[in-house]
Amino acid sequence: MPVQVLMPALSPTMTEGKLAKWLKKEGDTVKSGDVLAEIETDKATMEVEAVDEGTLLKILVPEGTENVAVNTPIASIGEEGESADAAPAPAPVAAKPAETAAPAPAAAPAPVPAQAKSPASDEDRFFKEVKTQTVREALRDAMAEEMRGDETVLLMGEEVAEYQGAYKISQGLLQEFGAKRVIDTPITEHGFTGLAVGAAFGGLRPIVEFMTMNFSMQAIDHIINSAAKTLYMSGGQMGCPIVFRGPNGAAARVGAQHSQCYASWYAHVPGLKVLAPYSAADAKGLLRAAIRDPNPVVFLENEILYGHSFDVPTDPDFILPIGKAKIERAGTDVTIVAYSICVGHALAAAEKLAAEGISAEVINLRSIRPLDVDTIVESVKKTNRLVSVEESWPFAGIGSEMAAVMMEHAFDYLDAPVVRVCAKDVPLPYAANLEKLALPQPDDVVAAVKSVTYRK
Amino acid sequence: MAVTKRRTTRSAAPEAPTLPSKEDLVRYYREMLLIRRFEEKAGQLYGMGLIGGFCHLYIGQEAVVVGIQSCMTPADSVITSYRDHGHMLACGMEARGVMAELTGRAGGYSKGKGGSMHMFSREKKFYGGHGIVAAQVPIGAGLGFAHKYLNNGGFNACYMGDGAINQGQVYETFNMAALWKLPTLFVIENNKYAMGTAQARASAGELFERGSAYGIPGKQVNGMDVLEVRAAAHEAIEYIRAGNGPVILEMQTYRYRGHSMSDPAKYRTKEEVNKMRSESDPIDNLKKLLLEQGYADEESLKIVDREVKDIVTEAADFATTSPEPDPSELWTDVLVEA
Repeated sequence: MPVQVLMPALSPTMTEGKLAKWLKKEGDTVKSGDVLAEIETDKATMEVEAVDEGTLLKILVPEGTENVAVNTPIASIGEEGESADAAPAPAPVAAKPAETAAPAPAAAPAPVPAQAKSPASDEDRFFKEVKTQTVREALRDAMAEEMRGDETVLLMGEEVAEYQGAYKISQGLLQEFGAKRVIDTPITEHGFTGLAVGAAFGGLRPIVEFMTMNFSMQAIDHIINSAAKTLYMSGGQMGCPIVFRGPNGAAARVGAQHSQCYASWYAHVPGLKVLAPYSAADAKGLLRAAIRDPNPVVFLENEILYGHSFDVPTDPDFILPIGKAKIERAGTDVTIVAYSICVGHALAAAEKLAAEGISAEVINLRSIRPLDVDTIVESVKKTNRLVSVEESWPFAGIGSEMAAVMMEHAFDYLDAPVVRVCAKDVPLPYAANLEKLALPQPDDVVAAVKSVTYRK
Repeated sequence: MAVTKRRTTRSAAPEAPTLPSKEDLVRYYREMLLIRRFEEKAGQLYGMGLIGGFCHLYIGQEAVVVGIQSCMTPADSVITSYRDHGHMLACGMEARGVMAELTGRAGGYSKGKGGSMHMFSREKKFYGGHGIVAAQVPIGAGLGFAHKYLNNGGFNACYMGDGAINQGQVYETFNMAALWKLPTLFVIENNKYAMGTAQARASAGELFERGSAYGIPGKQVNGMDVLEVRAAAHEAIEYIRAGNGPVILEMQTYRYRGHSMSDPAKYRTKEEVNKMRSESDPIDNLKKLLLEQGYADEESLKIVDREVKDIVTEAADFATTSPEPDPSELWTDVLVEA
């Protein structure tokens, strides 16, 4: 009975890849452990090894094929002379429940129409000429451009140099800038973060990459006590120009210790700036601004968004201001504020709501601290309702801050209580169904909007 | 005796690089005395309620920072923990600015916003003053990293206590500093007690050997003798400046006062303290040397004493008359305005 070889998933967030090369041909004998093929994603190249023994009966996906979905049968192996066609095709969905559990935007490209619906703004001039880039590429370009412009900018972190980045954000930087400026550190977050802070005091502008922001907890003393507070404690003498960046929040099925949002942790601290890009343009424009900023900046990325493509301005001067939110979609009935991946959820919800006759204004915060209170308040003056969406926990989260902002600045304009859409107040579970339940989904946003607009 | 890689040594009396001149010796005496008198005055002002919060005095340890500083140039940087007043004075920071910071006044080095543990001078390349035990160690290695990256000829002198040496981040730092050959001198000021815990109750093994797994040479030095400190520092700094990476110097020293002003120091006997004071005091011993060798007479040293006393008196006057920071200062210096 022939068995089918399926396109494997290489990482928790991989949904498809390229079948780069076949190393065995039809009719070859295959032993367990033999390398059958090479596959590529935007992050890595990996080898597909045979698990079953026999003869490679048929290659189902020719080499060079792009966008092969995970779990697609790519070959069949069986006894010599056996008919390859006899192999039954498995049901791909049932075989890989993780895919259906991933947050909606992970499986679908970013909703481009939203951009067309955003109101005119200062940054429109940059968008006359654009190219399509992933968030990953935009982050790399931002670092590369700033490193070209300033010799004191350097990147350090685990696997940033020779490995090209654990998530391939620093692809090519070692080759362009050399080992002096792109520095692989030992696995020693507390130490290298303190060291980078010292380098910033000493006149450099380090970018510290945390493999994930979860690991920044090892180093949080230096981020807060050493980087954020020293300017004040020195009466203004000791500036600390440094960027702490890395993927933040949940990825997909990586469990509670690797799935936490640090927005409210860092936004709590005076002396830090905290940014959270959504699109590739956000990533490019905000990371450049963060690197140029004379203060410590915590830059919260999102692993699932890394592979998403957006329009990015080609203008070499494209940079975004810190502290300004972006109205992603204009609306009149409710204001939805969100940051990072939840902007996508908010936009998806707005699309659904539009079909039901509810006009939602979606604000992409971009900057958590400083917070663009004016833009939020102006929007609420118009819509009289606010829904906040985030992957953080609810208690003392950014949504709580939104509620406080509304009390302090827009109380008289509110026609409904503020509603927070958050991660559930539990450590993030591993099981696919529970993980989906724990994380905010577009339908949760739809329900929240209906509650504040008193619709069913 | 050369410092060799992968070797740690317990030094007797290392050979001096070149014997300091008469003028240098008098200068060391003066610098140590300034720290001593400054700290005595700080203790007094604390007792009068003019200095608040934590205040960690350096009395007894003066030879360490003066001896090391004597081998440094303006290109080099310094970082230390919260027992930092002596280091600031040794770096050439003004006594009045340090004292006014202790009293929380506008004329302090941090405009009154840092306090005893948090003072800085970019001009003198003094980078704090850090209140979290051992946090200054990776930061110091980072300053060393910047010296190397910018190729500016400097190195960082990074001081820590015998308590700090047990923090994990110290070993993360030793690893990177050795791996990347960072120009950093790690000075362990072993004053025998990490707050109230004697070294033997907190630390296994020898402190100067703590870098041996990383190939960092270490040496134990009599930190109560400014000339022995100077000789060891000279040797270590030559090794660092030659691009060989970090060195650890364990200074055997002693603090006469408690850990902080609020510490009655009941964990050690009065006899122990008195013995150190009478037999090993770095200032008394240098004075004796100056007189014995005929480098100075009682009269000229009295003039030094008087000058030092005047500086400290002036500093105390300034620190008690300088105004408190303007209330508007509450909101400044949180962020650098771009």
